[in-house]
Amino acid sequence: MTARRLTVTDLSVTFRTPDGQVPVVHGASFALDAGETLAVVGESGSGKSVTSLAVMRLLPAPPRAQISGKVTFHRQGRDLDLLELPERQMRRVRGDRIAMIFQEPLTSLNPVHRVGQQIMESIRCHRSVSSEDARRQAIEMLDRVGITEPEARLMAYPHELSGGMRQRVMIAIALALEPDILIADEPTTALDVTVQAQILDLLRDIQNENGMAILFITHNFGVVAEIADRAMVMYSGRVVEAGRAEEILTRPLMPYTAGLMRSVPRIEDAGRSEQDLGTIEGFVPDPARMPSGCAFHPRCRHFEGGLCDVEVPPLEDAVPGHSLRCLRWRSLEGARG
Amino acid sequence: MSQALMSRAEMSQALVETRDLEVHFPVRRSLFGRPQAFVRAVDGVSIAIPAGEVLGLVGESGSGKSTLGRAVMALEQPTGGQVLFDGVDLSGLDQAALRPYRSRMQMVFQDPFSSLNPRMTVEESLAVPLRFTAPELDRPARRERVKAALERVGLSAAYLYRYPHEFSGGQRQRIGIARALIVEPEFIMADEPVSALDVSVQAQVLNLFARIQREMSLTLMFVTHDLAVVGHVAHRVAVMYLGRVVEVAPTRTLFLQPRHPYTEALLSAAPDPVPGRGTARIRLEGEMPSPLNPPSGCPFRTRCRYALPTCAEDRPELRPAGEKAHRVACIRDDLELVGTSPEEQEETS
Repeated sequence: MTARRLTVTDLSVTFRTPDGQVPVVHGASFALDAGETLAVVGESGSGKSVTSLAVMRLLPAPPRAQISGKVTFHRQGRDLDLLELPERQMRRVRGDRIAMIFQEPLTSLNPVHRVGQQIMESIRCHRSVSSEDARRQAIEMLDRVGITEPEARLMAYPHELSGGMRQRVMIAIALALEPDILIADEPTTALDVTVQAQILDLLRDIQNENGMAILFITHNFGVVAEIADRAMVMYSGRVVEAGRAEEILTRPLMPYTAGLMRSVPRIEDAGRSEQDLGTIEGFVPDPARMPSGCAFHPRCRHFEGGLCDVEVPPLEDAVPGHSLRCLRWRSLEGARG
Repeated sequence: MSQALMSRAEMSQALVETRDLEVHFPVRRSLFGRPQAFVRAVDGVSIAIPAGEVLGLVGESGSGKSTLGRAVMALEQPTGGQVLFDGVDLSGLDQAALRPYRSRMQMVFQDPFSSLNPRMTVEESLAVPLRFTAPELDRPARRERVKAALERVGLSAAYLYRYPHEFSGGQRQRIGIARALIVEPEFIMADEPVSALDVSVQAQVLNLFARIQREMSLTLMFVTHDLAVVGHVAHRVAVMYLGRVVEVAPTRTLFLQPRHPYTEALLSAAPDPVPGRGTARIRLEGEMPSPLNPPSGCPFRTRCRYALPTCAEDRPELRPAGEKAHRVACIRDDLELVGTSPEEQEETS
């Protein structure tokens, strides 16, 4: 039986803006087990990144951002309520037990410090080890993430490294303390495909070894197919479909997910450009002016007046382990498209 | 020797052509600014784009694809070789002599926001080029042209007086395309035009490119790192690595029967939303070497799983392989390389 690592219940985030209080995440609930990768998929404005930042408590303090709901981190039989934790304790969790990597490592690394220093700093911040030990660990980690000549690389500055190397350094920092959970926010989006493949391999290998849980935020269904066990699709701040990654990719039930899948050009279809790609007309609604009912209804080709625009569809189970928000999915099944 | 062995027909019909094109950038190292090394961004590329064709140019960062695109647009001065547009060598022309060609070739950029003036309305931005290319038009006539260009890209005339910040990313890219179209070019060079867009918007813009290309019989050079995108838009694809074209073929051929080990690895690494494809992937070690100091012989040999000692000797030139329009720069003609399998396509459809 695998151990539960994280339970998020009814997480909501509201930002204060010149337009008033704007809700950007509405009641997101999900769980993450040890050794598992959950992909959070969505387009810009879906709330996928804000969800992860809320879990890490990296959003601005109230009243600029209001977070409600419950985030429980399960560790060695104990449950920590992350949203209630005093900041001092939260700081011990962050980086140590739950680590995070971002899209652009160059902005996360300090340009004036050598990468070795930065890895050692994060180790010594959380562990009382000598600088000699920290150095040894840093070399070990660089080696672990596939950086050749790790001793020499310790002395490099971030700008001296390629994009792929920098992301490896970030992963080395994130994983140096063997976190229980890694939150990866579009970590391969800025990388070339061959390097992306290497980084995804690396994350998978490390996960197989140490059983960490990964929350992987991405907009790319190809990456979901590569790395995720389960996937959760977000639209306008709501989870609209969730289930086993394979099932979401091959049998999407929510019209938004299905539409997204159709709009991705397939490598198998290369050179058959006579057909247009499927599209979803329009664009993501402004969170300050959300449509009534299902947030997707103005763009949905299966929209039914008086039904879809009345109330927000509940998240319901289509089959056990595959849930979605759509009032019409039953009548669409089979006639999807 | 020329890298290309083009058929006579291809040569005579080409609207855009490069011959042994080199763009080397000096890298200043010495105290007094004397260039001591050169980045070989484009290192001997011969490629011809016949009128009406969409040529996809794929490569990873550092491959030289964007520099090649800019050189084709006469925005980079070649350090060697030629760029021909409609048979005229642009590399020898000064700015004044280039002007008549500028309106025949246009560019679409990755980030339309940074290529639109935030203080100009859409109408103003789009009307600027017309003052040079069509000085005979008066203001109302210019406005009509702007309206027509907007409608062509699916935006209503109501947007004429709006500013760039009022648009979403997809709409801005449509404006960027409208601005390229307004001077009625024959050739468009699009550099990563959909990379910054969300998936659903990307599909809209790709469909738009396909439509305008057909409607206006445009010649298009589509530069991207995304194989699936290039597979969708291009008639023919050229793969670049370290400043060289290593393979060029009709799109379907290139994807199904790649002849260059780098193309094979790229195809294998491309993420595709099909579960379970990740198992049999070819993993390239390391990253692209620095274009400051490319490897001797074949630029790809340091990462190639099929490399032989002789690969270090001579730089392989593009040679015909397989189908007539298929050319590859690899000395190994004994390889059975793996492309994408069309079976999967049948299953999912």
